[in-house]
Amino acid sequence: MPKKVRAVVIAGNGTNCEREVAAACRLAGSDVADVVHIAELLAGRASLDDYHFLNLAGGFLDGDDLGSAKAGANRLRHARIQGSEEHLSDQLRRFISDGKLIMGVCNGFQLMIKMGLLPALDGDYQTQSATLTFNDGGRFEDRWAYLKIDPYSPCVFTQGINGVYLPVRHGEGKFVPASDAVLQEIESRHLAVMRYSDANYHRTALDYPANPNGSLAGIAGICDETGRLFGLMPHPEAYVHRTHHPRWTREPGLPEEGMGLWLFQNAVRFVRDNLL
Amino acid sequence: MPWRIIVGLKDGVRDARGERVRRELSRHLQIELESVRTLDVYTVDAALSDEEVAAAARGPFSDSVIQDVAVNRPLAHDFDILIEVGFRPGVTDNVGRTAREAIQYLTGRKFAAGEGVYTSVQYLLKGRIDKAAAERIAHDFLGNALIQRWTILAREDFDFERGVPLSIPRVISTATPEIREIDLNVSDEELLRISKEGMLALNLEEMKAIQAYIADPAVIAKRRKVGLGAKLTDAELEALAQTWSEHCKHKIFAARIDYEDGEGGRETIDSLFRNFIAETTRLVRQNLGDRDFCLSVFKDNAGVIRFNDDWSIAFKVETHNSPSALDPYGGALTGIVGVNRDAFGTGMGARLLFNTDVFCFASPFYDQPLPPRLLHPRRIFEGVVEGVEHGGNKSGIPTVNGSIVFDERFAGKPLVYCGTGSIMPATLNGKPCHEKKAEDADRIVMVGGRIGKDGIHGATFSSEELHEGSPATAVQIGDPITQRRMFDFLILARDRGLYNSITDNGAGGLSSSVGEMSEDTGGFELHLDRAPLKYPGLQPWEILISEAQERMTVAVPPHKIDAFLQLAAEMDVEATDLGEFTTSGYFHCLHEGRTVTYLDMNFLHKGVPQLKLPARWRTPEERGLREPLLDPPADATTVLKQLLGRLNICSKESVVRRYDHEVQAGTVVKPLTGVVNDGPSDAAVVRPLAESFEGIVVAHGICPRYSDIDTYQMMACAIDEALRNYVAVGGDIDHVAGLDNFCWCDPVESEKTPDGAYKAAQLVRANKALRDYCVAFGVPLISGKDSMKNDYMIGDRKISIPPTVLFSVMGRVDDVRRAVTMDVKAPGDLVYVLGVTRDELGGSEYYALRGELGRNVPTVDAPAALRLFRALNRAQEEGVLASCHDLSDGGLGVALAETAFAGGFGIRADLRQVRTAGAMADAQVLFSETPSRFLVSVNPDDRDRFEGLFADLDVSLIGEVIAEPVLELTGLEGQALVRAGLDELKAAWQAPLKEM
Repeated sequence: MPKKVRAVVIAGNGTNCEREVAAACRLAGSDVADVVHIAELLAGRASLDDYHFLNLAGGFLDGDDLGSAKAGANRLRHARIQGSEEHLSDQLRRFISDGKLIMGVCNGFQLMIKMGLLPALDGDYQTQSATLTFNDGGRFEDRWAYLKIDPYSPCVFTQGINGVYLPVRHGEGKFVPASDAVLQEIESRHLAVMRYSDANYHRTALDYPANPNGSLAGIAGICDETGRLFGLMPHPEAYVHRTHHPRWTREPGLPEEGMGLWLFQNAVRFVRDNLL
Repeated sequence: MPWRIIVGLKDGVRDARGERVRRELSRHLQIELESVRTLDVYTVDAALSDEEVAAAARGPFSDSVIQDVAVNRPLAHDFDILIEVGFRPGVTDNVGRTAREAIQYLTGRKFAAGEGVYTSVQYLLKGRIDKAAAERIAHDFLGNALIQRWTILAREDFDFERGVPLSIPRVISTATPEIREIDLNVSDEELLRISKEGMLALNLEEMKAIQAYIADPAVIAKRRKVGLGAKLTDAELEALAQTWSEHCKHKIFAARIDYEDGEGGRETIDSLFRNFIAETTRLVRQNLGDRDFCLSVFKDNAGVIRFNDDWSIAFKVETHNSPSALDPYGGALTGIVGVNRDAFGTGMGARLLFNTDVFCFASPFYDQPLPPRLLHPRRIFEGVVEGVEHGGNKSGIPTVNGSIVFDERFAGKPLVYCGTGSIMPATLNGKPCHEKKAEDADRIVMVGGRIGKDGIHGATFSSEELHEGSPATAVQIGDPITQRRMFDFLILARDRGLYNSITDNGAGGLSSSVGEMSEDTGGFELHLDRAPLKYPGLQPWEILISEAQERMTVAVPPHKIDAFLQLAAEMDVEATDLGEFTTSGYFHCLHEGRTVTYLDMNFLHKGVPQLKLPARWRTPEERGLREPLLDPPADATTVLKQLLGRLNICSKESVVRRYDHEVQAGTVVKPLTGVVNDGPSDAAVVRPLAESFEGIVVAHGICPRYSDIDTYQMMACAIDEALRNYVAVGGDIDHVAGLDNFCWCDPVESEKTPDGAYKAAQLVRANKALRDYCVAFGVPLISGKDSMKNDYMIGDRKISIPPTVLFSVMGRVDDVRRAVTMDVKAPGDLVYVLGVTRDELGGSEYYALRGELGRNVPTVDAPAALRLFRALNRAQEEGVLASCHDLSDGGLGVALAETAFAGGFGIRADLRQVRTAGAMADAQVLFSETPSRFLVSVNPDDRDRFEGLFADLDVSLIGEVIAEPVLELTGLEGQALVRAGLDELKAAWQAPLKEM
């Protein structure tokens, strides 16, 4: 029996995009794309060990009440698996050390950042070294953004991609590193995978509205040094078909497949080539 | 010993929240400050160690990259005035709830009863400001005295060692549960006093019906057996008042109305609902025959229609006007999460798909003195928009359609319409999913949030005008996350077949939800003392009618109750068995084993006396309305720009962008469209299933301005507007259902409302149009709601809203890839007007601009409109439309400008080519609001096919799309009438609300 690519999306406590993320995984060729409620993981009936590709979907974990994904990060850190000595965070650590893939989108990115999973300089997956905070405009916004990709990034998800056009939908998406030194490391190691840019994916955008939130250095998404952990504020699962594009009725040349799908396809390909 | 944890941004980190406060204080209160900074405060009142509190402070409560945190010492520095705003005791504090959960995860211990975390915000104001101004800032801007309280400290009064004195907003109640009896064997005056002082909103006839019921010896004999006496208990009277409230019983729509048509005709209407709403749907369904797509109408929380063989879709629209007037944020938030529960709790439960929001406000730039107790329209605007934003976005439901309507009279009461659509499998475990039935002996289970005093008397309160004594407890604050968890759980329980019936707890709380569900079995036994409470001290009657949010009531078969409760516990959702459904025939509630209500179900549900209403129409002639004689505008370009900048026409982009309109990845036609994603879409197209290209189209119509001339035409125009928006993007005119949401001013003639009979006649006329036009268009009504007391009255100042109906539609498009948007696509395309233009400027934006009302209100020719709609559907199937935009407010002129600047190409057109009914002047042709018209553009290659499809219809080829970004219109004399760059037109259209 051929081995299967298995993707999972964790749901519950305010995730909102789990269904479309799972749909994007399937469309990209993942054989399995399960939406698993966190209660199932905590009850021990499902385990991250059974999957290759973990998706942390967008939403408002716990309403973002203590700051985006703060309460969610606290839960993942401290929640215990019933009837075992293990914490969910132990499964997560094992997932990472097994060389598997994690993509966090929007609230999922905020969660990864606040747990310290990104940028995780020098392999430290415990310490938070950057944050995502309130947009400079002080408000939630839904708008599409052009994003240029760093071609030298180790990011598994963006290989072969020059730029993508995707919607951002958040109130807390401003990327702020803990220090200039951290920013320097992120940039010099090519971990700043994705930046807000002009429509030609050439120049980094620092000003509103092309940079919708005031992110430092225009950073919209970052990866860890393995390239296997990736987080981004824009929503790739929201552009997997041409009818998702805001101008599909006036741009006849749009391909059927949306640009966001590319990221999922790269993930599935990586799993097939390396993890099966 | 409680702790105070203070969290603030580090020096040098931008405080966007503080900056926004500073900006808005300057703009709206004309208070100029050097700076405003903000701090978050968590007051932790629980048995924890200092170490645990410190870990929480450094962990989940703060972000070390950008924030500093302090425990039991202040962070405030460098300010002139400090204002700390926190909630009053008992008000829902969502952040406090999350903070408590975070500590529980951290320590592994649950909080004990009475322990809690309470949040507040400190605003540090720097600049020349005194305490009086600070009080104004707190009262008029930062806080809302109904739900919040504040402390104001000048720098010199501030204790830099200890900070703001500790205060814990814990509800402290020493009340013990008691059951009061009310003697109704009293005079009529006394009956009315009981109703008024008890906030019961029952009239004399209703009070007397209750008086007669409790005087019946047979009733008393039965009561004795359950330990009750010959007097009603407080809980019984409250349950009756709630069940019989206008809000729940729709007494005006059920009234016997004596209608005079103003031209000598008279008729008696026995229930508007039966004659004009239920009857409309019956007729339409009969005409549809085997094409009938209705599945469940009027009986459930939302109406349900067929989507395809495998799926059914539901839609419900609600209003939350009165609470939004008192607390715009909480009221609107509760409105949206409340209608979410309706759409969810339809049939056996349905997944939520989309939201729609329509708001009616006074101008946010209102600059007259405000009558007492009214909030400034700008605050209402801000609060409502933010409340719906939080409710919709946090719940993961895209807001796909909406509008904002402005009229000064909405200062008296804003209208906040919130709609939600949902989808369910056609069948579930072998049965139609849109049906449900509680069975005898099923357990009554309450799921979700806990009960507090929130929202007590919400149902009766919204059945009255806003007055001096309007209760603060009527305000609730929604909690989207608790609700989201509950929905995640209930969908799973639904699929596992763990319950027989479900409904939401909205207005009237348990009294309403259990009362209605028990009509399936004919009785119930409910133990109020088993209900989980937010805090102790609630009386039994309060538990019964509390409108605390995020609760559903479910009927669970006894053999499934364990599985149901276990799944709930696993998913961190509170579910409590409160009793059982019975066949007793009684509304039976107990508290600690004592009966507190024992009401005959039949009397409760059918005993309300029918209201009798006089209705006398006064024709526009009788009211002296005339068409004005206006000079033609000196410069049509200027007038066009003025119209584009009117509040009812201008861009709402600043609001639209605050709503996530594409979560769930199904929004195919988004609210904003065009070359730079900022043109105004006519309607939304949603693709609900990833495996199919079938789509749902959602649109609405609303035109209260026409009510000032004739509500009959207002209603007809609202229906036409909804349908033409719907058809414009591709909706199938033969598979569309309507929802009517009436918001009226009090139509019951009385001392306070001397013109009640006229308002009642306005209501009758709107209903007549509703039936006439829905039957003509073949649109069944599947759900609706009415809110009949939208007046403000304090002292002798009365403000009544203009009679307003929101007509919402939902239907199908076979393939979303055929959808059409409103923006022009390419130079060289031909520009057509579909439909005939009549001299119909009565109630138009153009007349309003010139200070006139007029008399020629737009009228709808339904057969002609229907032919046009069908032809448009065919044109969409054949793909011959490049763009399609409906003509509405501001008429052809506004539609031309919007279509052009949305697409980024100019239009050159000639008004002489526009087909009109009779001779008309330039301004009439350009700005008449005749309904059933569209502006379309067509690629010249498709010209023949397009014109073939519209051969016998009113079609005028008026011009073409040009590369040059200008709008160039030739007038009826062949003169250059309008010439303007698209940039300037767009700027005029975008300017008014850009900064909101």
